[in-house]
Amino acid sequence: MRIVVTVKYVPDIASDRGFQDCRVVRTPAEGTINELDENAIEAALQLVEAAGEGEVVAVSVAGPDGAVALRKAFQMGAHRGVLVSDDALAGSDYFGTAAALAATVERLNADAPVDLVITGMAALDGLGSVVPTLLAAHLGWPALNLAKKVALADGAVTITREADDVTEELSARLPLVLSVADTANKPRLPNFKLIMAARTKEYETWSAADLALKPDAVGQAGARTETLSAAPRPPRDEVELVTDKGEGGKALAAFLIRNDLV
Amino acid sequence: MTNRTVLVLLDPATEVRTSVLELLTIARSLGRAEAVTLEAPTVEVLAQLGAYGIETVHQAELPAAVRGDERHLPAVVAAALAAAVRRTDADVVLVPTSFAAKEAAALAAHALGAGLVIDAAGVHDEDGRIVGTKRVFAGSWDTACAVTTDVAVLTVRSNAVVPQPVETAVSTEVEGFTAEVPELPVTLVSRTVKPRTSGRPSLEEAAVVVAGGRGTHGDFGPVEDLADALGAAVGASRDAVFEGWFDTYIGQTGVTVAPRVYIGAGISGAPHHRGGMQAAQVIVAVNSDPEAPIFEISDFAVVGDLADVLPQAAEVIRAHKA
Repeated sequence: MRIVVTVKYVPDIASDRGFQDCRVVRTPAEGTINELDENAIEAALQLVEAAGEGEVVAVSVAGPDGAVALRKAFQMGAHRGVLVSDDALAGSDYFGTAAALAATVERLNADAPVDLVITGMAALDGLGSVVPTLLAAHLGWPALNLAKKVALADGAVTITREADDVTEELSARLPLVLSVADTANKPRLPNFKLIMAARTKEYETWSAADLALKPDAVGQAGARTETLSAAPRPPRDEVELVTDKGEGGKALAAFLIRNDLV
Repeated sequence: MTNRTVLVLLDPATEVRTSVLELLTIARSLGRAEAVTLEAPTVEVLAQLGAYGIETVHQAELPAAVRGDERHLPAVVAAALAAAVRRTDADVVLVPTSFAAKEAAALAAHALGAGLVIDAAGVHDEDGRIVGTKRVFAGSWDTACAVTTDVAVLTVRSNAVVPQPVETAVSTEVEGFTAEVPELPVTLVSRTVKPRTSGRPSLEEAAVVVAGGRGTHGDFGPVEDLADALGAAVGASRDAVFEGWFDTYIGQTGVTVAPRVYIGAGISGAPHHRGGMQAAQVIVAVNSDPEAPIFEISDFAVVGDLADVLPQAAEVIRAHKA
């Protein structure tokens, strides 16, 4: 069982996130692994453990600081890490990111067959949720998205997903791309031994040239959208705070009625 | 106004939900608006489309290999959308922002070489280019993205605009077209649609949302009571859903809402939840903890027990409406 897990380096959602020159500010102090990718790592580790053999390869497309996400994957138990990092990839949109990830999976697949790519359900910075779908399209593999339950048997994966008021059971044959929901599992806490080992564990760094990526398919050059502006919202007015002494509900209703919201 | 053609996805075609009426309204502001379906629209649906100025519905005729509910699979919807764009030479595709629609939008954009904007809060024309505006980082930043390719595919959030019918309804024609669908790599084993609670709007589309969290201690009665007084949808925090008290949560990985009014009861306002509701126009909170973080982003807040505050508010609102 050979599984590639994609991990993204994102600004911590509890930090003060923002843009500069229409790009997301990514600083090491507030950068972290996309929390939802921990569900993907957990799912991969469980499948390898159940198979009794195999390898989990964590892959991140990021600047040099993106190694933070790989370290976290190592702490959880990932066996190998690849950082795909290149100035030519900066400014990639969904399609550029998917192209870079697909080329990475293809290169790994050329060394030894990859059975599965597992991703989180979304990245908490962009929240697009479409990269797994596009990655699968690039690879020509099936995509099973937003899995709440995952079952692997006889070379096929069956998932249960709950989205948009619809519950579906979907199945496809390996190799495929699987994205797991945050309800799929509870990511394990790293143990001391793995934390220590992760500090010095080496990861590989691959460039766009290593992956034979066409310059016009990735980065700003390959982007099909252009961010024209990014501006912070004006702060909200000070909250009108009422302490309930028996009339709190009336005050709430009065606020709604006064503002023509009923 | 340009001579653009704008296609709006209508799936299923058995009803026109508010989110689709909003898309039709946006589509008309961008060019000639037409609809795409994967099944025969009902008479009621056609009348509603006519009221929104839609003269043409393109109904995809799918290969026999696509059976039953498989027509709702993103790969099938995407194939139909891409075929419809090629057939009509359309410039823009608008779809709602459900998870399944996002997948279909991404696959259609991939097939068409089109630019993709996910979760737009507004769409407009700027110097001949399609621009999607977005609320990001839990509603704290506004961004604007111009699509630089010939075809633009956008998923649009609910409540982006107020639906506007046309002054004089038009008659709506259904035109069939053949949509080639590649062999499906995914098997649909089963599909169950959750019945909607009658009388309440859906969470994604509602103009008013009342949500309950840990502070309900499992009793959603007061939350539902206030929601019904307001004609609002009911939601919950992720914690409340994990506790098994309610089935649908608002949050950045759950349902994202952007209503006119959001009322959070017994919800502290963790980053996860804020990511799903902070784009609401007016935020009201009720919490017994005077230090609840949700107060920082609220317009109006009551420090108190929701079991007292909510029923009292509901009573006043019912009296006001009567």
